[in-house]
Amino acid sequence: MTTTEPTLTEAPIVPPEKLTPRRVKWLRRRRALSRFWSSYRSSTMGMVGLFILGFFVLMAIYSALGFGGTTNPIETLDNPTKAPPSREFPMGTDTNGVSVLNLVIAGSKTSLLVGLVASVISMVVGTLIGMAAGYRGGWIDAGLMRFTDAFIVIPWLALAIVLAALLGQNLWIIIMIIGFTSWPGTARLVRAQVLSVKERMFVERSRALGGANNHVVMKHVLPNVMPVIFANTILTIAIAILSESALSFLGLGDPLNITWGTIIEQAFSKGAITIGAWWWLIFPSACIVLVVLAATMIGFAFDEIVNPRIRER
Amino acid sequence: MSVLSVRDLNVTYRTKGGDVPAVRGVSFDIEKGRVLGLAGESGCGKSTIAGAILRLHSAQTKIEGQILLDGQDVLALSPGKLRAARWTGASIVFQGALHALNPVQRIGQQIAEAIQVHGMAGEREAFVRAGNLIEQVGLPGRRIDDYPHELSGGQKQRVMIAMALACNPSMVIADEPTTALDVMVQAQVLKLLRSLQHDLGLAMLFITHDLSVLVEVSDDLAIMYAGKIVEEGPAEHVFHSPVHPYTKALAAAFPEIGDMRFRGRPSGLGGDPPDPQHVPSGCPFHPRCAEVTDACPTIDPQLWRAGEARLAACVHAQGAPTIEGVGA
Repeated sequence: MTTTEPTLTEAPIVPPEKLTPRRVKWLRRRRALSRFWSSYRSSTMGMVGLFILGFFVLMAIYSALGFGGTTNPIETLDNPTKAPPSREFPMGTDTNGVSVLNLVIAGSKTSLLVGLVASVISMVVGTLIGMAAGYRGGWIDAGLMRFTDAFIVIPWLALAIVLAALLGQNLWIIIMIIGFTSWPGTARLVRAQVLSVKERMFVERSRALGGANNHVVMKHVLPNVMPVIFANTILTIAIAILSESALSFLGLGDPLNITWGTIIEQAFSKGAITIGAWWWLIFPSACIVLVVLAATMIGFAFDEIVNPRIRER
Repeated sequence: MSVLSVRDLNVTYRTKGGDVPAVRGVSFDIEKGRVLGLAGESGCGKSTIAGAILRLHSAQTKIEGQILLDGQDVLALSPGKLRAARWTGASIVFQGALHALNPVQRIGQQIAEAIQVHGMAGEREAFVRAGNLIEQVGLPGRRIDDYPHELSGGQKQRVMIAMALACNPSMVIADEPTTALDVMVQAQVLKLLRSLQHDLGLAMLFITHDLSVLVEVSDDLAIMYAGKIVEEGPAEHVFHSPVHPYTKALAAAFPEIGDMRFRGRPSGLGGDPPDPQHVPSGCPFHPRCAEVTDACPTIDPQLWRAGEARLAACVHAQGAPTIEGVGA
């Protein structure tokens, strides 16, 4: 195809020197992103959620860079113990004299890491299983869905406790446990969406024009399911953080890593309630509540954009 | 050699309620540069034939007979060869273009997809070709950057036609391409299809329930009823002097504007098409037929000669064997 063809010179699509495939793709993505952002911005709930989560992400980065004060009890021997919030210790201190603020900052890093990685694992596993079941159908679908049902039926916490007890209390193992026990919901959701997308005409069209299964799934099915997966994953982050706190509270957390859950567990086991050290419990709990709330708000805002049925016009 | 040759095609859907024979022993040929129109009521098996030519039906569906596309036996092809034959041998202009386009992809990308899937060009050349094709169907080339929702119904159908031409197929199957369009747009799309078919020398299988559309577009006409072809011949003749009572009823259902005979007397065909699982014995049309004879419920009519280049599956056809009970 030469550029001297009259149809091309008469109506150039884009100035040819600018039209490299990569550039076309990049421009397209940027435009799509800015359109998404402009509709996201109109959601107050989403913006509040984003603001809260952003605050905690900054806190986690701050802690990861080595700031945030000491949490080592040996360095805090001179500090008052069980001190209520004051100017020097805005969130009070624990029984070792460690500032609860320092603990909360240190905990933000691990808690967010757990939430993020576990929900990515859950997303990948859930998406793979849901896609395979929905697209292949037949006995593959039946088999995978019974497997999923089994995971749904087993009480999640009991399974997680057993796994944590068996596999040991390492942070990454905790992440794996949460990731590999929270995918069934995603799998069901993805399967349902794939079932509806694969019956659409354009999927048949793509098969008719000679596309292999791989091509059809990657080019047509996945892009149409992706928004739902994404919205669901953000909701999963909230669940993962809560799960980690629950496991830590039950004493199944990683004792070497401070998370908001382990702070609460420490406070509880050292009798924070009896000695009236409310600050030791309230602040990490508030962090958990806020992050979970923020993730849920963002998830709902996403859902509103990608799910046309609940989109407000 | 004909581009498409279908011999004794049987398509049976397997459902939980039992087997549903949707197409029962259909044979036809389409030569290069010719248009065969396939008409019939809903559920008579028209679209099932279209799907069978590219083997788009699910694996459980039973397809018997022979389909030769460019001399290749479609029903015997390996999955890889079949994929290669799809769209290069025959492409489809789908029924309802509104749903046949992926809402989250641009038009150009979807046309280029066909070219790229067959490895006929790289990404950039494929997009340039998509632009040319879009212009060929009468849309400005810049529209390849649009999403489907930015186009009107007629424009989407034009995009589908451009897409069908993307891989230079030997034949195009137009499966009710004008169903969801209003009459004006319908006329434009038909004109476009006809001129492209003529210019490119394509063979075309044109499927619709609208007989008046078929007469404009087709060279030959085949009328289907209950999974079988009941009458075939040159389009003009079949429409204007039908032999089979079913064709007569179909043709009579289109009033001619200005013709006094039709005024105030719209005519239709009573009853419903038969349930494919319980097709009436003998001639499947006999319960609704105006010219039914005593012999009809017991005789399975074949496509008998019914005039010059005409065939009809009816005991009233000229070439039908003499049968007792058929009152003359």
